[in-house]
Amino acid sequence: MSKARVLVGTRKGAFILTSDGKRQNWDVSGPHFAGWEIYHLKGSPADPNRLYASQTSGWFGQVLQRSSNGGKTWETPGGGVSMSPDGMPSGESNKFVYDTSAETGKPLTTHQWYDGTQHPWEFKRVWHLEPSLTDPDTVYAGVEDAAIFRTTDGGHSWHELSGLRGHASGPKWQPGAGGMCLHTILLDPNHPGRMFIAISAAGAFRTDDGGKTWKPINLGLKSNTIPDGTAEVGHCVHRIAMHRSRPDVLFMQKHWDVMRSDNGGELWHEVSGNLPSDFGFPIDVHAHEPETIYVVPIKSDSEHYPPDGKLRVYRSKTGGNEWEALTKGLPQSNCYVNVLRDAMAVDSLDSCGIYFGTTGGQVYASADAGDNWAPIVRDLPAVLSVEVQTLS
Amino acid sequence: MIRVIIPAHLRTLAHVEDELELDVQAPVTTCAILDAIEERYPMLRGTIRDHVTKQRRPFLRFFACEEDLSLDSPDAPLPDAIASGKEPFFIIGAIAGG
Repeated sequence: MSKARVLVGTRKGAFILTSDGKRQNWDVSGPHFAGWEIYHLKGSPADPNRLYASQTSGWFGQVLQRSSNGGKTWETPGGGVSMSPDGMPSGESNKFVYDTSAETGKPLTTHQWYDGTQHPWEFKRVWHLEPSLTDPDTVYAGVEDAAIFRTTDGGHSWHELSGLRGHASGPKWQPGAGGMCLHTILLDPNHPGRMFIAISAAGAFRTDDGGKTWKPINLGLKSNTIPDGTAEVGHCVHRIAMHRSRPDVLFMQKHWDVMRSDNGGELWHEVSGNLPSDFGFPIDVHAHEPETIYVVPIKSDSEHYPPDGKLRVYRSKTGGNEWEALTKGLPQSNCYVNVLRDAMAVDSLDSCGIYFGTTGGQVYASADAGDNWAPIVRDLPAVLSVEVQTLS
Repeated sequence: MIRVIIPAHLRTLAHVEDELELDVQAPVTTCAILDAIEERYPMLRGTIRDHVTKQRRPFLRFFACEEDLSLDSPDAPLPDAIASGKEPFFIIGAIAGG
């Protein structure tokens, strides 16, 4: 019988929630890595028992964890206790070092700082881990300051795909309030060399050659907060999503505006329609209905809680523009939590399950595509990320 | 044998429950102690000092014999009490955060 495994990253550790296909009763495991910020966990599509986790701390920096048994036990790849000087593990699973210029050996580029001056890239943490669709040992990491790294040895070592940061627009990228993070990585299942990424606040980019070269794909985005509202880069993209059956169709939650592209990001148009707020962080697509999408409207500028204190997921069955509020089981008064960009996911059971976590520590699940909701857990630390695996 | 006390989170990461005991060749310095830690416990690389620059992470301090040695040269010899193992070398995390 199929089951669902939900991977939850929080400010104070990771939690793993499992249920059978009914998704009514849940087992809760955790906290794993108690006391550490877990920005993201994700399982390999090629081997569901292979999980990766980004463990970070302001004190001790970045740690990369890996499990080969679905989260029962974890290890730092190549970082086991060394008993002998010979054959010592490399211990470099947390070593994210930016490429330098091949000609000069100096930093590849600088980016724009909050005050408009140029600033060197400084690694802070891994925001997002995206395992390969076909190889459990290959994973992409989106990091702050924005860059993409890849491991092909199960996390033992990481190497930058520096064509992204080396793009001529690099000096124009700038951090958002939460830092300059590469937070979204989408792998095109039909074209192995094609990837989409998104950076706050630079925008969306696409590669068609496996990460060697990248193209900004921000045409059609309008950002009132930057001097040139239609600039090539500088847009605060919060999240992009695709349905694997139709990877040329992309959906985007931007700082303001929900957007859609029907041509792999070449051009975007707004589909915010009747949403009560076009600001928000996550966006996701129904597993079986490519035109059914979900967002969680949030009030902004700086409030970052649901409009009117009502936690509502909005669903569009028309690929945007026409939205319906999904409220059954969600608090409809005095709710002032946020839902962060990596904190929504869908399973591929029938019917499709939708999950999201809040900064108030709740993880909500709907086993019927959003019609009805119930909390799996109510009192976790602030939730940073939610992923779900559908297991057979 | 050099004795080193590290923060609780690093003990968890290194799978140790108490202070570290390390063989360190003379002269015993902060750098030599950190080299020994990272050789014996590779999972701690990058958590105390930067992988490349070897700079101490800003929320950590080094103490020995009740003295803050954080700003001293990492190549300066440590007190005899550290070198002999009479006193432990402390790596301390800032008491801060939520």
